Amino acid sequence: MRRIVVVGASLAGWNAATTLRREGFDGTLTMIGGEPERPYDRPPLSKAYLATGDEAKVALHGVATSDELAIEWRLGSDATGLDVAGRTVRLADGGEVPFDGLIIATGAQARTLDSVPAGPGVHLLRTLADARALRADLDRRPGPVAVIGAGFIGAEVAATCRQAGREVAIVEAAPVPLTRSVGAEVGEVCAALHRDHGVDVRLGTAVARHDAEAGVLELTDGSTLSASVVVVGVGVTPCTGWLEGSGLTLGDGVLCDATGLAAPGIVAAGDVARWPNRLYDGEVMRVEHWDNAIDMGSFVARRLLAGEAWDPAAVFEPVPWFWSDQYDRKLQMAGRAAGADCTVVVGGTFEERRVVVLYGRAGRLIGAFGMNRPRQIVQSRGLIARRCSWDEALTVAADWT
Amino acid sequence: MAWRVVVDMDLCESNAVCMAILPEVFEVRDDDLLYVLDETPSDSMRDKVEQAVARCPKQAISIAER
Repeated sequence: MRRIVVVGASLAGWNAATTLRREGFDGTLTMIGGEPERPYDRPPLSKAYLATGDEAKVALHGVATSDELAIEWRLGSDATGLDVAGRTVRLADGGEVPFDGLIIATGAQARTLDSVPAGPGVHLLRTLADARALRADLDRRPGPVAVIGAGFIGAEVAATCRQAGREVAIVEAAPVPLTRSVGAEVGEVCAALHRDHGVDVRLGTAVARHDAEAGVLELTDGSTLSASVVVVGVGVTPCTGWLEGSGLTLGDGVLCDATGLAAPGIVAAGDVARWPNRLYDGEVMRVEHWDNAIDMGSFVARRLLAGEAWDPAAVFEPVPWFWSDQYDRKLQMAGRAAGADCTVVVGGTFEERRVVVLYGRAGRLIGAFGMNRPRQIVQSRGLIARRCSWDEALTVAADWT
Repeated sequence: MAWRVVVDMDLCESNAVCMAILPEVFEVRDDDLLYVLDETPSDSMRDKVEQAVARCPKQAISIAER
């Protein structure tokens, strides 16, 4: 393999590229990215960067000194097509980039809402450009901020704005936020955390209409909200448009096998990849977490280099893990809450906002949520990875007061 | 060359990812603070320390060569 192309100058793409070099790949390595920037770190966009405007906060380890990796950068031009048989990637600027091996790491893009059309004071938050625009607008437009969607990005934006002294409201269509990620019981507490800090949390209602001129949101429950800045945080869609018609199997992401292979010589990683995770009985999942982008990016780089010499038993079966910082609380989730048949508080209490919750299914530990309990979440992650039984997990957790 | 583990405690938010990778060196205790148990681990742990550097969500860990 002499020419490897990474599509997506993302966290997953970056980790794939650095792994290729670390593993001794010395051929041509090209990174294609639609954004003008080299890879950067997205988590601070809704937190430290938004709070301070300091772009040093989004610097990704090693990028500044990446010249030694001899990466050929093709930035500012999206990939628009893939010819699997002809082994080329087409670019928006008309260019074509040939490859022997391909790493798909195009990530995901923020969803929009028809009821809140793009316009003055309306923002999505996914990219550095989005974050710059949001920050500038927050400075320019005093007054209340409305966050549409109580997912983690929305929640972090709400917390950051609230801590900056803004009046903040959250509008969430579901009666309880985050149920798919953390279950209903924990979702309730996540909403309560914002109320603790004086955020106007409106659940079970959606935006019917945005009167941008007046700065008013009309909600479907008949109520209204005034907002000088509106941030729409209603999830993301994997960026697979450029792969339409390529012959790869698409459907909420690029479908891969258990090793991250989408086709011979083609792998995918990060937000865009779907694969059967054997740790969860082969459940086909797409994981939008920062940690997964790193882990899977590195994994599929090694997978790609090995080619047919890869041991098929070496599958990618991580425990998904993410964190979210809101106010002075650190929320962390290891594993999965979806499909749990039991949910138990094993340490602390919801009331003190310091708690560990375990999720079980069919006699096994499948997930753990912590609020300001990082140590126990790390321990839980280890337990989940070794397919610990529910009973054993409860025994271990007996000390977690 | 000698090296040592450096954690910027102003950046560290005790996500404990490092502890999952290398508990011999990194420990988040029940006070939710990170303790570096061994600032000069043996060369055999270098790979794992580098992993911890890369995986820290706050980029708070670095390796100082000296």
